[in-house]
Amino acid sequence: MTEITPRATAAELPAAGEPAAAEVVPVRLDPYRLRTDFPILATTNRLGKPLVYLDSAATSLKPLAVIEAVDGYNRDYSSNIHRGIYEIAERATVAYEAARTSIARLINAPEPAEIVFVRNATEAINLVAYSWGRRNIGRGDSIVLTEMEHHANLVPWQILVQEKDGDLEFIPITDDGKLRLEVYEALLHLKPKLVAFTHISNMLGTINPVKKLTEMAHAAGALVLVDGAQAVPHVPVDVQEIGADFYVFSGHKMLGPTGSGALWARRELLEAMPPFMAGGDMIREVHLRRSDFNEIPYKFEAGTPDIAAEIGLGAAAEYLMGLGMDAVRAHEQELARYALETLRREVPEIELYGPEAAARGGVVAFNLPGIHPHDVAQILDRAGICVRAGHHCTMPLHERFDLAATARASFNVYTIPEEIDALAVGLREVARIFSR
Amino acid sequence: MDDLYRDYILEHYRRPHNFGVLDNPTASYEGANPLCGDRITMMLGISDGVVREVAFTGRGCAISQASASLLTDEIKGKTVEEVERMTPDQLLDLIGIEISPARLKCALLSLDTVAHALADEAAAHESGTHESGTHESGTHEEAAGPQG
Repeated sequence: MTEITPRATAAELPAAGEPAAAEVVPVRLDPYRLRTDFPILATTNRLGKPLVYLDSAATSLKPLAVIEAVDGYNRDYSSNIHRGIYEIAERATVAYEAARTSIARLINAPEPAEIVFVRNATEAINLVAYSWGRRNIGRGDSIVLTEMEHHANLVPWQILVQEKDGDLEFIPITDDGKLRLEVYEALLHLKPKLVAFTHISNMLGTINPVKKLTEMAHAAGALVLVDGAQAVPHVPVDVQEIGADFYVFSGHKMLGPTGSGALWARRELLEAMPPFMAGGDMIREVHLRRSDFNEIPYKFEAGTPDIAAEIGLGAAAEYLMGLGMDAVRAHEQELARYALETLRREVPEIELYGPEAAARGGVVAFNLPGIHPHDVAQILDRAGICVRAGHHCTMPLHERFDLAATARASFNVYTIPEEIDALAVGLREVARIFSR
Repeated sequence: MDDLYRDYILEHYRRPHNFGVLDNPTASYEGANPLCGDRITMMLGISDGVVREVAFTGRGCAISQASASLLTDEIKGKTVEEVERMTPDQLLDLIGIEISPARLKCALLSLDTVAHALADEAAAHESGTHESGTHESGTHEEAAGPQG
């Protein structure tokens, strides 16, 4: 068993809305209690084993609050937004825009209008690459990325520089999975137009120093895009404090529905950017040969969006804010520490990748010597344990470590230490089967 | 007892049959499942339309490597035509365990790689660029038909 120690000191905790006389106690997250919010955790697999879900970095489970928000829209006020002059349509519009406000609050965006709803982080990055990128990246211009990017924050830029005859440069990483800042410093002498990096690595779990990376980029005259897909669900994110220009994330990894996600960008950038997709809702006036585009964010939301999903995403943001992101981070950092310690002790031959617990999110990638991660995952599945096996959409990162594939356990607010114990037992069973 | 990881599967994984390289293969192909990191190179020595020698190298999961080991045993001594007619179901029968849909690609990589090796060899043969002139069997010429 583990003790969950909050990282935040009492002085850092938000006091707004609390009774003035309330004693200030550190916010703690009770994973055992909140597990009852997730109906899927009460299910069992085909062999009757309870679900041990350790693949939250791929997608998270959904709490009742989110399920009910989606269901409520579909059952009670299913209608299109920004159009209907009748009660349920107005209700849908209000709920959809309230979700935007919740998202803005979660990441401390200056205003909801800077939140553009998209399907996922991948779509957000493509939106920036096509809209901002095509206008601002030209022949010989460079974009700086890192060796630890998810394919979503790599391939759109490859396509862009191939089309524009630009260049990509990469910040290399150390053996324990951290960015080499001295090389980054040197790359900035190339005067890149954009620096794009992940906030938290989905394979190594590395939490990057996003504020420092952003300051360095800005000092060199580059704009900054942060891929926050693995960060928004797990650590406090304040886009104003980070100072980035673009911040993107997916809803389905942060307890929200699949098909939801957001791009945040500074107002002046969004206003200067041409639309990515064109159609209804993104226009102010349409004539046969020309159109005037709508204001932000609607300029980037052509066509009927996934209304139910974005309303569900708003519910997810409220759920996370209710838990307190400092408490979420403290819980998951403790889980990462517990996992590294437990796996090293119980499965001594295990190979673990990534930095120490203090510098990592709730992600632990590993291998058992001589056993392919698919075999590991297959045997764990029999015990009801879900882990990811493969390259986790980070092939260049696996090449960097000369790995064909890894297995990965990843955590969320509902993860408990007993599940990590179960993983350790499962891995011993894998080793036993392969050594007989 | 684990359904999937039976002793004979693990035995083929740990000590695969026909694992190694042929000095002068008449057909060879490297197949891969990039998504899983499974990789197999199949080398065949064919003469008179018969697979006389077969060897493979590779790395990957137990299913992909055991499948390659079992398949190489199976095709040695068979005619090219017989090998080409082999179906995925026949290979799955040979493996003898229930393969879940997610693992089918692992199980079938070996057969797919052999098929590619034979197709390449047939195409090379057809276009006359093949370096070896010792296997001009009618069987073989027919096999090259669909290559265009």
